[in-house]
Amino acid sequence: MALTLFRGIQTRPLLPYSSAFSARKHVIFCSMQSTQAETSMKTKQQAPSNFTETARAKAVEKVLKDYEAIIGIETHVQLSTTTKAFCSCAYNYGSQPNSCVCPVCMGLPGALPVLNSKVIKCAVMLGLALNCKLSMTSKFDRKQYFYPDLPKGYQISQFDIPIATNGYIDVDLPLEFGGGHRRFGITRVHMEEDAGKLLHTGNRSYSQVDLNRAGVPLLEIVSEPDMRTGIEAAEYAAELQRVVRYLGVSNGNMQEGSLRCDVNVSIRPIGQEQFGTKVEIKNLNSFSAMSRAIDFEIARQAELYNQGKDDEVVQETRLWEEGSQKTVTMRKKEGLADYRYFPEPDLPEVILTEEYVNDIRDSLPELPEMKRRRYEEMGLTMQDVLFLANDVQVAEFFDATIAKVSDIKLAANWIMGDIAAYMKNEKLSINEIKLSPEELSELIASIKSGTISGKIGKEILLELMKKGGTVKGLIEEKDLVQIVDPAEIEKIIDKVIANNPKQLEQYRGGKTKLQGFFAGQVMKESKGKANPGLVNKILLEKLNA
Amino acid sequence: MPDPFHDKEEEDTLSSCKPLSFPVKYRTSSPPPRHATPRRSAPTAAWLSAAAENPNSEILITPCKKMLSSVQNPRILLLHCRRSKPLHHHYAKSIHATPLARPISASLPTSQIQTIQKSILSREKTTRQFTEEFLNRLRLTEPHVKSFLHVSETVLNEADEIDRKIDRNEDVGPLAGVLVAVKDNICTADMPSTAGSKLLENYRPAFDATAVKKLKESGAIIVGKTNLDEFGMGSTTEGSAYQVTANPWNLECVPGGSSGGSAAAVSARQCVVSLGSDTGGSVRQPASFCGVVGLKPTYGRVSRYGLVAYASSLDVIGCFGSSVADAGLLLQSICGHDKLDATSSKREVNDFTSQFISKDYFESQPLKGLRVGVISETLGDGVDQEVVSSIRGAISHLEDLGCSVTEVSLPSFSLGLPAYYVLASSESSSNLSRYDGVRYGNQIVSDELSSLYGGSRANGFGPEVKRRILMGTYALSAGYYDAYYKRAQQVRTVVQKSFKAALDSHDILISPAAPSAAYKIGEKKNDPLAMYAGDIMTVNVNLAGLPALVLPCGFVKDGTASLPVGFQMIGAAFDEEKLLRVGHIFEQTLQGYSFIPPLIADEFIS
Repeated sequence: MALTLFRGIQTRPLLPYSSAFSARKHVIFCSMQSTQAETSMKTKQQAPSNFTETARAKAVEKVLKDYEAIIGIETHVQLSTTTKAFCSCAYNYGSQPNSCVCPVCMGLPGALPVLNSKVIKCAVMLGLALNCKLSMTSKFDRKQYFYPDLPKGYQISQFDIPIATNGYIDVDLPLEFGGGHRRFGITRVHMEEDAGKLLHTGNRSYSQVDLNRAGVPLLEIVSEPDMRTGIEAAEYAAELQRVVRYLGVSNGNMQEGSLRCDVNVSIRPIGQEQFGTKVEIKNLNSFSAMSRAIDFEIARQAELYNQGKDDEVVQETRLWEEGSQKTVTMRKKEGLADYRYFPEPDLPEVILTEEYVNDIRDSLPELPEMKRRRYEEMGLTMQDVLFLANDVQVAEFFDATIAKVSDIKLAANWIMGDIAAYMKNEKLSINEIKLSPEELSELIASIKSGTISGKIGKEILLELMKKGGTVKGLIEEKDLVQIVDPAEIEKIIDKVIANNPKQLEQYRGGKTKLQGFFAGQVMKESKGKANPGLVNKILLEKLNA
Repeated sequence: MPDPFHDKEEEDTLSSCKPLSFPVKYRTSSPPPRHATPRRSAPTAAWLSAAAENPNSEILITPCKKMLSSVQNPRILLLHCRRSKPLHHHYAKSIHATPLARPISASLPTSQIQTIQKSILSREKTTRQFTEEFLNRLRLTEPHVKSFLHVSETVLNEADEIDRKIDRNEDVGPLAGVLVAVKDNICTADMPSTAGSKLLENYRPAFDATAVKKLKESGAIIVGKTNLDEFGMGSTTEGSAYQVTANPWNLECVPGGSSGGSAAAVSARQCVVSLGSDTGGSVRQPASFCGVVGLKPTYGRVSRYGLVAYASSLDVIGCFGSSVADAGLLLQSICGHDKLDATSSKREVNDFTSQFISKDYFESQPLKGLRVGVISETLGDGVDQEVVSSIRGAISHLEDLGCSVTEVSLPSFSLGLPAYYVLASSESSSNLSRYDGVRYGNQIVSDELSSLYGGSRANGFGPEVKRRILMGTYALSAGYYDAYYKRAQQVRTVVQKSFKAALDSHDILISPAAPSAAYKIGEKKNDPLAMYAGDIMTVNVNLAGLPALVLPCGFVKDGTASLPVGFQMIGAAFDEEKLLRVGHIFEQTLQGYSFIPPLIADEFIS
């Protein structure tokens, strides 16, 4: 990495406003540059990815006939607590560099950490959600290494007694990848603090340190090496994201780095018991990147084994490059790093009481897996289930809608159809659209009761999502009540038939398909308000009279 | 739930650190963005020592004026500067002429804090008058003793402010007008805090340590920052990167360490009381060497927030005074729970002041029934015979006071020293990782990251600090952890248990504070093991986290003069009150000794 040219590392935590004009200018430049890089990557990636996608899928498919991939994932989840883990600084992503710092998170002499109890709460919640065994007595340890983004020269973490161990997570694979249910083991969950960030200058003559992120609480979740494909790994990570979002402990946002996954991949010939050499992959900024990176890595390793170059698969850390869709060597590990862990003397042990754990257990929300099973039992298809349970806000919207509506399938269809399409177009979340679940149920009820037609329903829905309001109000305001009076419908039909003698002749001459034409004309005449069932029934009678 | 970790209400603590308040401090420093610490103008201590070497030099006048012009009439000052040479001779003479343990019948230690409080509140004397007395003495003795790394320039202004408050009948606090010196490893926002290290030269903290904050709230005046062994690592104060402090009893001797500056400052009456820190004896051993009272509180009694960490599980801020009452009153104002230190205790603190009654009210055997255990391992081989006799003297004095004294054996006692050095070094190797030259301190600029670290640390740390970092790094390394760190922790548990057992059957335990009296400057400087061995009496107490009080009890011969000897009383956890009571009675009834060093004795006799 760019560590060779450190002509003076500089932190400017103490001068955020004064003479640091050049520094600020630089920082802005830096962030602009990185946005540019991101967008250019995105555009670049789209074109080749379709091509490589199929090629890679084929390659992996072929490889997996002879080899088995072993995949384990380390995930860091940034907790969305009000303040940092060991001091009272607030942290907001994207703040001015070194504006969310204090003596504690800057590692000033004499400053001491004090644990934010919300961190424990989040850890216990996640531990329970992941079906882990909780350590009723755990402790913090210091993980020691030197790096400019680590102000104290050690990271406060948990080493030999993590707060939660030995759990599992249940995953439903997407249908397009064959579907199926999987259970992946969770080795451990532990609490630790995040480090700051280095900003490398364009000309690389010096680097700057931003300590805003230093001391932000993280939960590290280590999986068992239970995944076998890129899809499984991505789905594991996606489920973890769902879980932390359902629990509300993190926003789980991968782009902001609130959810970061490092993946360990090794392969071994099918039937072999001994594991192959594992390679760690970093810089995975999306689930699809994770899946693609793993597939690439499996293919790369298999190729080396096939060529007899077994010794070229070495224990190393590789970076996923989105642009070239490849993994490249970041650093080779020369033996194990010695972090000289020892118990953190500045913090007392963490002791949980049964009562505390039970209170948290009792207040856990319904988790994605439970939700999916419930939806499944309600008779929804797997596709519906996966869609609705994917996003906690959507699931909550759905649950609120069906609380008052008996037709569950209809509610699901509305949400997955028109509402999802609208959200996608307008780039809004379900909580940002103006439609409330109550109005959706009202809308569905109005259609079912025949007050309005389905077509009108769609129009009203759009109005509700855009501007809000109530179904009843809109129906009245726009005079949209369905015409269900047969006499009135008859009148309209008579008028339509009278106006189209030619078509009537053709119909009676055997061209019965023209019934659709008449129905359309009737709907048009009634401004869509005529009840379609009645229209068809009466129309048929009249035409065949 | 019963809150084992701090249930930090997030909004609640937002105010405590005020992250936005301190960048402002640095904004004033225009040029140096990297260290962001304004350069200290000509350090006072340097001026003071220059005065000693070169008293008649005209150069002196300028810094004198500069420093004290705001403080008092520059003319008077000039006089002092010119006079300092003859005074020097005078003192040197008086030192050699001092007879052994001069009997001054009428000079039992009295609480200077109580005297000051009484006098200023009754308007018998002003705070300014007291302050000037101390400042004058400081100015005269500092060239010889060199206990300060920095002397505050606002002392007299603060004294005047207290006088004004008294005039306005405002509340001034229990330590009003009391000059307190603070060890330089305790952070002060308005003064440099170097921890005796070159690495932190000119470093100015962004905040006051909790203890300092409490002192200020009690009305105390911080007179300056005292010298120490770099980061508290040493037993002589020779390990300071800046200067060597002398023992006021014999300027050729060390004051002990690492809080040597704080001990010497109280001994030479340059201040009323002082703060030190005690990781393995750094308050108690210099108290013994300098003939003052040293109090090491229970671990957790005083907040460590703002104490530059050496070994976090052992570090305690401690108190020096010239009487037990003063040390106790100082502790009273700095102790108690602090939400910024997760290891500080939430236990209630008793009012110690009730213990410091006048000796006129003592019963004939005021300590009747007190069970005293003499730790038998501390009076055997390797302990100076004269020290042993002083302790024996103290023991018989305790018996006279009604104590029942028995010997108690702590078989694990000798294990404490190696365990201590493993644990303290291990923790220090970690605690000192933050001194990397990146955010503060002197940075050695380099093209490569590892040499930036290497250069800054090689240049900034002294040899003893490097030695301990190396030892600690070794002890924590993979493959050695179990043999060293883990084993030392096991020893620590054994030590804790044996103390617990001994204190179940005794009210207090006693031992010497150090195996010898003060030794010559340079004597052990190149023999770290000999220096470490001197900590044998004190380290066990830190391992067990117990409170201990050292008070002077006699003298040993030092040529024609004499050096004080202190003895240590160890109490049960959080029972400082008992130690202070026993110490006060002991001190107020000990006849025939004066623990005022000859350097300043004339002033006190007259």
